[in-house]
Parts: sequence; structure tokens; C-alpha cells
Amino acid sequence: MIGDWLDIGWVNEIPVRGSRTVTVDGAGEIAVFRTGDDNVFALRNRCPHKGGPLSQGIVHGHSVACPLHNWNIALATGEAQGEDKGCTPTIPVKVDGGRVLICRTGTLQAAA
Amino acid sequence: MDFQDYRAGEHAADGPDTGPASPREHLVVIGNGMAGCRAVEELLARDAGRYRVTIFGAEPHVNYNRIMLSPVLAGEKSFDEIVINTADWYRENGIDLIVSDPVIAIDRAARTVTSRSGRVVAYDRLLIATGSDPFIIPVPGYDLPGVISFRDMKDVDTMVAAADAKNNGGGGEAIVIGGGLLGLEAAHGLSLRGMKVTVLHLPGTLMERQLDEAAGWLLKTALEARGQTILTGADTAEIFGQGKVEGVRLKDGREIPASLVVMAVGIRPSVALAREAGLEVGRGIKVDDHMVTSDPAILAVGECVEHDGQVYGLVAPLWDMCRSLADGLTGKVNPYRGSVTSTKLKVSGIDVFSAGDFSGAGAGCEDIVLRDASRGVYKRLVLQDDRIVGAVLYGDTGDGSWYFDLLRKGESVADLRDLLIFGQAFASGGGQADPKAAVAALSDDAEICGCNGVSKGQVVSCIAKGAHSLDAVRATCKASASCGSCTGLVETLLAITLGDDVQSGPKTMCKCTSFTHDDVRREIIAQGMKSIPEVMQKLHWGTPDGCASCRPALNYYLLCALPGDYVDDQQSRFVNERLHANIQKDGTYSVVPRMWGGLTNPRELRAIADVVEKYEAPMVKVTGGQRLDIFGIKKEDLPAVWADLNAAGMVSGHAYGKALRTVKTCVGSEWCRFGTQDSTGLGVRLEKMSWGSWMPHKFKIAVSGCPRNCAEATIKDFGVVCVDSGYELHVAGNGGIHVRATDLLCRVSTEQQVLDYCAAYIQLYREEARYLERTAPWVERVGIDYVKQRIVEDEVGREALCARFLYSQSFSQDDPWAARAEGGEREQHAHMAQFKPVKAEEMA
Ligand SMILES: Cc1cc2nc3c(=O)[nH]c(=O)nc-3n(C[C@H](O)[C@H](O)[C@H](O)COP(=O)(O)OP(=O)(O)OC[C@H]3O[C@@H](n4cnc5c(N)ncnc54)[C@H](O)[C@@H]3O)c2cc1C
Ligand code: SF4
Ligand code: FES
Repeated sequence: MIGDWLDIGWVNEIPVRGSRTVTVDGAGEIAVFRTGDDNVFALRNRCPHKGGPLSQGIVHGHSVACPLHNWNIALATGEAQGEDKGCTPTIPVKVDGGRVLICRTGTLQAAA
Repeated sequence: MDFQDYRAGEHAADGPDTGPASPREHLVVIGNGMAGCRAVEELLARDAGRYRVTIFGAEPHVNYNRIMLSPVLAGEKSFDEIVINTADWYRENGIDLIVSDPVIAIDRAARTVTSRSGRVVAYDRLLIATGSDPFIIPVPGYDLPGVISFRDMKDVDTMVAAADAKNNGGGGEAIVIGGGLLGLEAAHGLSLRGMKVTVLHLPGTLMERQLDEAAGWLLKTALEARGQTILTGADTAEIFGQGKVEGVRLKDGREIPASLVVMAVGIRPSVALAREAGLEVGRGIKVDDHMVTSDPAILAVGECVEHDGQVYGLVAPLWDMCRSLADGLTGKVNPYRGSVTSTKLKVSGIDVFSAGDFSGAGAGCEDIVLRDASRGVYKRLVLQDDRIVGAVLYGDTGDGSWYFDLLRKGESVADLRDLLIFGQAFASGGGQADPKAAVAALSDDAEICGCNGVSKGQVVSCIAKGAHSLDAVRATCKASASCGSCTGLVETLLAITLGDDVQSGPKTMCKCTSFTHDDVRREIIAQGMKSIPEVMQKLHWGTPDGCASCRPALNYYLLCALPGDYVDDQQSRFVNERLHANIQKDGTYSVVPRMWGGLTNPRELRAIADVVEKYEAPMVKVTGGQRLDIFGIKKEDLPAVWADLNAAGMVSGHAYGKALRTVKTCVGSEWCRFGTQDSTGLGVRLEKMSWGSWMPHKFKIAVSGCPRNCAEATIKDFGVVCVDSGYELHVAGNGGIHVRATDLLCRVSTEQQVLDYCAAYIQLYREEARYLERTAPWVERVGIDYVKQRIVEDEVGREALCARFLYSQSFSQDDPWAARAEGGEREQHAHMAQFKPVKAEEMA
């Protein structure tokens, strides 16, 4: 742990256009995504629609298509796209020296 | 003459309802142009019987689309094509149209108008829609024959005649004075008609009222490249000529010869008539929010008016005005609040868009600029307080309507700022890269078709009323019927409104591309493409890395085209295929081991029972395909479950895949008293041949031992019904939402033939169906005769298909579970990290 940041591993451990999950007690599962242009985003691993595990969706652009009913969720904001309405909490995340760090307080808030 | 006299005259509208018994109010319109006629259209749409209408037009025509004069001049349209309302329309609506007879006086006290030919017509309400007069700079020689403006059809005729004269040995040179929108469109048309054109523009920048210097320079360069001479800073001193135009002399002494001079230096509201009648006039005829002038009986609309200090020289505001006006005339209050305008240059091949204030002179104005020299693209947005106040786009104007919408709504763009300049697709995030979403997000009053002033709301309602194709929309509300630059928008609205019911060309694969599935498949093979990024690059994908619908399709097409060579892209697979298990509604997975032909044994049953207990699977179920499905397995437990099942010799059942699922069988001749052949054994052989193969969609097989058909083979993708003489092969059945019984493909006599035909059929389906198209819709689309021809009649072809299938099977028949059970692709299952606990106080 570095300050308010939790070190969760190497960015290379996340497949490009894919994601990995992190479990945090009290915060459920966090999905950490890596996009085609090598941006990293972290979201609570629950679709705002019916709780689908977003980590298992297809990542395209800066969105992920939920594996259950194909809602598209913007990775940066957690907002459902298009006609669908809903939002998944996002967690501040950064990459430092190849390590992925997620914000601890953000993680707790996402759980709240 | 009084009112009665007029009514008795040749233009009297007849019919009893105009008589004194039912005194309909008489609305007289001066000006048969864009605004006058539109006002009447709006009025008719609200209350057709309310007014008796008479329209005076100075021109000899029915109402036409003035902005389309430029394409007429350029030879891209004919006059007939730009007529808005035909003579029949006037007749059918009981409108009295008087052409070639301008009104020359209004008597407000008597409530009459007088025309040049001497007609006196009484009105209850008068509508002035006289438009503008072209501004003529009063240099010496301005009145020489051959000096014209660009305003109406007569001007176009003159220009066309001048250009034609050249071919008969006449003059071939034209000068356009004024490098604004109108001047450049005139220059473009004349040069397309073969004249040598020089544009004289006083300011240093072309279209300086719409463009900044950079964009003006790009435009100038592009026009020069097309052979026009553009002189900026060119101050006209004199137009010279003996009896007719011979050229123009500039203040710096230069002389440019020409047989035609078009003055397009600006317009002025045509207010003379109103002023003489004593109406209040500023720059234009002053009107209130209901388009009423200082005389309550007289309204005015269009370019001739001044509203709230503004005069307009474009059509979009007219439509707004006409709506308020027609509402007012039919007793509804709908105040006009002014318009923000945008402009486009209608010169084919040169895209210029401008809106709002681009000067960036206001307090706190900031610019965002994008230049891409090699593409000839220039974009500039002017922001003030995080709101767009101006936009100039050159070369790539696709986002014009989006910027314009943001500008009109005055929405804050603070959140989008970083990406704003790259356009809507980027700025709104990946999901919004969907052009449909963009159009769906436009407000109802957003303008779709500038030429005809049609809003999104109007297009949608016309679609809702039954215009289900582009042509139908064009015919009903005219959107996209003129210059066509909004065709894409209209098509998108059709798609949004109707979903799959749009009657149009073949559907594109997805929103990321304009290619259809079939195009993409063909191009992959024709161009020998080998990876998803390559396909996206070569076929100009509109998104950075596709979407959840095209990526799985491309992955499949490449896999099918390049067996053994193509490296599967896991991230382009739906979760079920990526995790080799079925995702269920609670996010857990279900696992179906293969039970060949539906057969099992104690070892397998024991292994399944053990797994159920060990992983506390809450349910086991026999599937419709005669397999056992174990439910409620957690993602991280999947590899262990598979390891246990593998240990008992079981492999993945691909119940999750676009692949062969199961082969259902009955017991056939081995046990059943009716059985004619070994249906179970054949089923096992078919399954061993075809398992593991990826297909466009799921694929099911069944084999029944006799026509009693206990394995329900006639609702399967491939069904075999054993008969005494051999085997009936059935294809394209479906037990899903649309139950479909199979078509009979043929009869064969040996088991080997069954296997060969099955392999060939699967391969044909794999190679030619669209991704996510099951065999039933595929066969319905291509026709069973086609399939018979390929599989039954074409023996060589069948063998080749069969060989290709078996070749690709040599790479794909391995158990995906085994590799994972041994720890392959661990990241698909294991958490990246686990933290316990993370409570703030405990971490401190
Ligand atoms: C070549 C060209 C291209 C254009 N391109 C665009 C464009 O791309 N986009 C855009 O938004 N705008 C464009 N415009 C401007 C647009 O055409 C005008 O804004 C619009 O036509 C104004 O409508 P209006 O009804 O006020 O005037 P008009 O359409 O000019 O109609 C006025 C009518 O009144 C008649 N009239 C005048 N006085 C009398 C009288 N005393 N008695 C009887 N009749 C009379 C005139 O003859 C005329 O027919 C273009 C204009 C031209 C000329
Ligand atoms: S299909 Fe015929 S052979 Fe097979 S079980 Fe039924 S009755 Fe017996
Ligand atoms: S749960 Fe995500 S789309 Fe339904």
C-alpha cells in the first residue's frame, strides 16, 4: 500500500481489451480494465442493469458490453450508454512504473 | 375595384364557402418565395379551411427552392427538380396564385393591395414575404447588360446562356464580384459550365463572415486548384464595356476581361413596399414575436423582416418564423425567439461549415483548433464559459450538426472539452461512437434537412406515419430530397425509428463499418487479411477497436478463413466462449461435459456427482440435448471442476459455444423394436467428427432410428432419420423462438455418406452464413435449392467442402478445458489481487 493507493499488480497482467478482478473485503469485486489504447479503468464489477459481471464483457473503445444483456457501460464514468440509464461506481486508478494502483477510499466509496 | 369586383374577376376563388354566407377571412400573401409559401403550408397543415389564400409572385414560377439554384446553375439539378409546390398543389388547396405580377402598393386604410397590372385585391390579413434585393455596388457600369445578380431563376438562365454562348464563339470569361457563399456557388457553377472564372473579393479572406483566415486560405487554395482565379483585396473601380460588359477595372489599375459579371456582394431586405405603406421599418420590416408588423392586420416573414434587431439571410430561421406565424394565425401562441444560424457551402467536393461567432472576440473566448494538413482538414471551435459559441469546419464537416446543436442549446462542454475537437464519436466516449446514439440524442427541433427546413421531429413523425424508406421520407416531408447532404441522418432516423423494419439496402455489419457481413467476408479472403486490426484498418472501421458485435464476428470469419494459421482473439469472444462455460443470471457458470451421442457410464456419472458435491453446485439438470448441466459454479472454480471431469475422461461439451452442441439420438436398431439402423452409433460418430468446430451460431444434430423420430431430428440444424433403405438427411430445422421443421436435403445409403454430407453441409454453413445466423434463416435466405445444388448435385464441390471441414477440424478438436485445467490462461479465472480487509480504520 502506498498512501491511499492499493497496489494490485502489474498492468501487463491485465489482457489488452480485457480485465481482471480484484476482491476487496467490504467492497465486493472491482473490475480493472485495460483498453486497446492502454488506458486503465476501475469499476465496481456490477452492471447497473441487473448486476452482470462487467469484467466478463467485451471491451471496445472505452466501453464494456455487459455479458448479460449487452448494455454498454462507459469505463471512464460508469454510465450506461445510449438509451439505457444507470451508472456503476468508478474507482480512481493509476499506473505507476507498470504497477496498477487503485484508490482505497474510492474503493470503499464504491462499496457504499 | 373593390373586393366584390375582384371576386368576380378571373382570379376569384370559386366555391360557395367563399361567398358572403361563410365569410372566410382572406389572406393575401406578397411574395411566392421560400417564406411566403412555407407560411401558407404551415397554415394549411393547422387549419386548411380557415383562410382563403391569394399569393402574388413577381416571378413567373410556382414556388421553388431558392437555395437549390446553385445546383441548377452547376448543372446538377433541373428546375423541375427544385419546384417545391406544383401548380396542382395550389389548385388542390384552393390557393389563388398570381404570377409575374408584383404588388406595387398597399393601402392600409382600404385594406387592399394593388399590383403592377392594376389588380386591386382586398385583404383581411396581409402577409409580406418579399425576401431580399441583391445589393448592387453602384460603380460606373453597374447597369450594363451582362451585369447580373444571383437571386432567382432568371439570373440562372442568364448565366447558363452566357456560358453556352461561349460555345458559339461568344465570351468565355466571367467575373464574380463577392467571395461569399453566394458568389462562390455562382463561380463554381459557372466554371463547371466551362467558363473561365475570376472571383473578386474585397476583404482578405473568402467568406470572411463565416470563415477565419486559416479556413479561408484552405478554401482559396482548393478553388484555385480547380482552375478559378481568386483575387482577394480586390476593390472594383469600374465595370466597363461598349453597350455590354467587357470587363472590370480594379482600383489598383488591373483590368480583367469578362462577358458576364455576377454581383454577389450581399442582400438587403426588400422593404420598399412596406416603407411606402407606412409600416415601421428598420433594417427590415419590424415584426414582433408573432411576425406581426406595426399594423396588426399585416404580418411579415422571411428575409424581409427584422426581428429583435436581427435580419436573417438563410432559410432555417424562416421555418421557425413560419411556425410561429401559422400558430398565431390559427389562434395559438408560439412566440418566435430568434434563431442561431449555421451555414454550409454547397460546392461539391468542398466541405465548409460555419456556425455562430467564430471571431473569438468576446470576453473569455478560447479557441480549440485542429489542423491536419495532409487531409486538408481544419476545425476551430470557439468556447466561452465552457460553451460553444462558434465553429468553423473545413474539409471534415461531419460533426457540424453536433457542434451546432451544442451551440444552440448552450450546453456546457466542460466534460467533453479534451476530446471535443475530434468530434462526437470521440468526445462522447466509446459507446457514443454509435452514430445512431448521436442522432438519437438530437433534440426534436434539431434541423435535419437544411434545404427543406425539416426538423428531426418532423422526419420522425413522417416515418411513424408510414414512410418506411428513404424515398418515402423524401416524398413526404422532403427531408434529404434536395442536396442530399443529410441522407445519412435521415437513414439513421429510419433505423432508430423502425429498427429492423427499414426498407433499404443490405444492413451493415454494425455501426462501426459501412460494409455488410458478406462484404467483410469477401474482402477478408480477397485481400488475404490476417488479423482483426488489419481488417479494421483496411476496411476503414469507424471505431478504434470495433464493438461487441463486430469483433466476435471478425474473429470467427478469420478463424474460418485461416484454419491453423489464425490466432484466436480471446478478447473478441463472448464470455461464454472465453470461459468455456455458460454465464448465468447471477454471474455464476454452468458446465456441460460432452456425453457422446447422449451415452454415459458409471465413471462419468460418478465424476459428475462428485463435482456437484465438491463444489456445492445447487442444481444438475438433463438438457434438451441429452447432456447433464451442472449449475452455479464460480468463475474461479471452473478450472478445478474441469480438472475433475477431465480426470474421468470427459471433455467440454461446448454447450456455451457457437459450435456443435450435442448430437441427440434415440436407441435405434440396437434396442428399439422399430429401429432400422444404429442411430446411437451413428450419432456418436457424427459427434466425434464434428465437435470442437467453431460455427456462425450454435449447431445441433440429431439422429432418429426410424420415422417415429424420437430424437426430434426434424427440428435440428442437421437431422438424420434412418429408414430401411438408408438415411434421410434433413437440414435447417430449429426448435427455438421460431420453430421450423427441416427441409429434406436428400437420401443416402451408407453411414459414410451421412458423415461426408454432414461435413460438407457444416462447412458450407461455416463459410457462407453470417455470424449469428443459424442454419434455418441462412437456408431460408439462400434457398434450399442452392444448398442441394452445392451439397447433393455438385459432387466435386461436396468433397472439397468435406475436405476443408476435416482439415480445419484437425486444428480445432482439442479440449479447451484440458489446457485451462492445467493452468493455462490463469488470468481468465483468478483474481488479480485480493485484499482483506480494507476497512479504513483497519488499514491505518
Ligand atoms: C443562389 C442562392 C443560394 C442560397 N443558398 C442558401 C443555402 O444554402 N442555405 C440557406 O439557408 N439559404 C440559402 N440562400 C438564401 C435563401 O434562399 C433565402 O434565405 C430564402 O430564400 C429567403 O426566403 P424569403 O421567402 O424571405 O425570400 P425569397 O425566397 O427570395 O422570396 C421572396 C419572393 O418574393 C417575391 N417578391 C418580392 N417582392 C414582391 C412583390 N412586390 N410582389 C410579389 N412578389 C414579390 C420575389 O420575387 C421572391 O420570389 C440562398 C439564396 C440564393 C439566392
Ligand atoms: S425413432 Fe424409431 S428407432 Fe428411434 S427410438 Fe423412436 S421408434 Fe425407436
Ligand atoms: S446486467 Fe448488465 S446488461 Fe443486464
